[in-house]
Amino acid sequence: MIEERSNPQGHTRQPTVALFVTCLADLFRPSVAFASIKLLERAGCSVIVPTQQTCCGQPAYNSGDYEATTPLAKQVIAMLEPADYVVVPSGSCAGMICHHYPRLLEGEWQQRARDLATRTYELTTFLADIAPLPRSKVKTAALPPVTYHDSCAGLRELDIREQPRRLLREVCGIEVNEMQQTDVCCGFGGTFCAKMPEISAKMASDKVHNAVATGARILTGGDLGCLLNLAGRARRLGETIEVRHVAELLSGDLAVPAIGEGN
Amino acid sequence: MEMHSQAFLENAREALGDPEKTRRRGLLAAFTPMVRNAAMESFGKFEPLRQHLRRVRQHTLDNLDHYLDRFEQEALSNGNHVHFAMDGEEMNRIVLEICQRHSARRIAKGKSMVTEETGLSRHLQGAGLNVTETDLGEYIIQQAGEPPSHIVGPALHKSAAEVRDLFLARHDLGERELEETSQLVQEARGVLRQRFLEADVGIIGANALVAENGYSMLVTNEGNGDLCANLPPVLIVCTTLERILPRAEDATAMMRLLVRSATGQPHTCYTSFYSGPRREQDTDGPIETHFVLLDDKRTDILASDYREMLQCIRCGACLNHCPIYAAAGGHAYGAVYMGPMGSVLTPLLTSLEESHLLPNACTSCGRCAEVCPSGIPLPDLLRDLRQAEQAAKLSPPRWRTGLKLHAWLARHPRLYHGLTALGIPLLHRLGRRRGSFSKLPLAGGWTSQRDFPAPQRKTFMQAYAGVLKAEKKRRRHD
Repeated sequence: MIEERSNPQGHTRQPTVALFVTCLADLFRPSVAFASIKLLERAGCSVIVPTQQTCCGQPAYNSGDYEATTPLAKQVIAMLEPADYVVVPSGSCAGMICHHYPRLLEGEWQQRARDLATRTYELTTFLADIAPLPRSKVKTAALPPVTYHDSCAGLRELDIREQPRRLLREVCGIEVNEMQQTDVCCGFGGTFCAKMPEISAKMASDKVHNAVATGARILTGGDLGCLLNLAGRARRLGETIEVRHVAELLSGDLAVPAIGEGN
Repeated sequence: MEMHSQAFLENAREALGDPEKTRRRGLLAAFTPMVRNAAMESFGKFEPLRQHLRRVRQHTLDNLDHYLDRFEQEALSNGNHVHFAMDGEEMNRIVLEICQRHSARRIAKGKSMVTEETGLSRHLQGAGLNVTETDLGEYIIQQAGEPPSHIVGPALHKSAAEVRDLFLARHDLGERELEETSQLVQEARGVLRQRFLEADVGIIGANALVAENGYSMLVTNEGNGDLCANLPPVLIVCTTLERILPRAEDATAMMRLLVRSATGQPHTCYTSFYSGPRREQDTDGPIETHFVLLDDKRTDILASDYREMLQCIRCGACLNHCPIYAAAGGHAYGAVYMGPMGSVLTPLLTSLEESHLLPNACTSCGRCAEVCPSGIPLPDLLRDLRQAEQAAKLSPPRWRTGLKLHAWLARHPRLYHGLTALGIPLLHRLGRRRGSFSKLPLAGGWTSQRDFPAPQRKTFMQAYAGVLKAEKKRRRHD
């Protein structure tokens, strides 16, 4: 549970949550960021969106360019550390801040990275465990059957599995139709999907087929990288399953077209 | 398929082009994690034992010279000969010399990845010796003239029908029924039994070397290791330095994780310790026994940032859990070791120049590290190798520059937001109707296989600036 904070004058205040939007939500899917703000405010947080934010540095980092990533990581840390909490609507970007910044940096910066890591959460974990979303306040329109894609970074770096399922149950009143092999990667892997497209596509096809086989109409998840990959592959395969970020489902924001769909 | 690591992509493409083999690889990739997980669940001690083994092996590697000395002394006092080989060539030479000293003609060989590494069989055959691989999987691929596709199950890529055709072509046994898998096994057993009896020298590998008593440990499911070790008059154990463990109980503790990780069994059918030659009171066993211990870059790895890789016990769990290995197949790696452990080891054992593509065959999904019984952080080591690739300027310049430029732009928010505020709405307008692009300049890697989802509208940062402005205005009015 979050605690109310006291400001220097002794007045209690709502905890401030800095939203790290992620570059993919910024560029491709602003509705994920707006849904996140809505959900965090509903959970009683005062949300700030640092306007200097861009990208956490994963593309360069995962390609092994530690040199180019280091100054970017420091910049992100300095920007985010004034907030009480940092919330990220992505398991892999949250994992980057929580696990890889401390691994990348040294000395005083490593300490600052570690400190920030203790206050940084992926969105569904934050809403499930830290600042619980009030139950049953939202009545989302009856959702069609939903299946959930666990992103690898979320699952294995941050132990995110039950949190989004619990939120979907408590907030939207739905049980996830589980697909086969939920713990297997969808083939996105950042630059991997463009460096090794055929292997990546095989992995994405398997994931799309497993999702469709559940009878779900919506494939959701907490990581836009995976979802863009899966939506793109589903469209190429001619599958009509809708792909949406879990924040959009939880906030009832279903009016926008699904990822990769026209309007 | 080309047997070099830089052909990984072409090899993978070729492998994916065979739907039947791709389907079978998919079935294996679903099955092997299932049996491993069931075994670990009923075992219940995976995490504490893996922590324990990590500490033991860390300690052993930190004191490698001490434990090697101890092993050598103990093995010598048991009546063994002990040889050290700096590289594969030296190992091959030592083994051939032993064989020639005994005027050996026929060799019965057990499964050993180290000898795959050094190409020992080829070397011995080149000198006119007749080498028979006696592990069933190894025997099959030897008959087919193929390299292993998996470090534990070298012939997993072969179907029963392919093995039948192979046996019919290679075994001169006349008309016979070979419909059932059991008939195939029976036939191989009959052929191999004769080879064990005829062999002049037996060659086996080792899963562990025990410093306190100078024994080697070997696990097999077919018992072929024991026949290689006990029937011929001369036994040669070929392995590498880092197999060493201080005590026998460390070796058995390791075995408890190794076997469950590899095949999901609590034990293999045979777990053997080999002490040395036949003693006076023994009625059987080899008359002369040798250990050949290979370094081949192990001490270099020990001194490097990749030393954790020396903790690998060759269980194959990382292969079984790697979706890229499942998609591409073991042969695509064009190397002796494949999958995540192979993608770390190959550049270290050969050179980064020859194999820098392999560390890129990874999505950092982390499934390998999760199941690794030695707790090796494989995705981190692979990323570090990509860093070495980057630093050595081996990665494509286009990627290198592109990623540097992206990171630089990301450090200049005003410029970044300015540029994205121009490009994203344009891309949105172009793709709005259909929602995605089937082709896009500069995104060929993506669009060759998938549609490219169009941006939803303008960027979030643009939209949010609008929200903030409206709020400010409202506040001013209030």
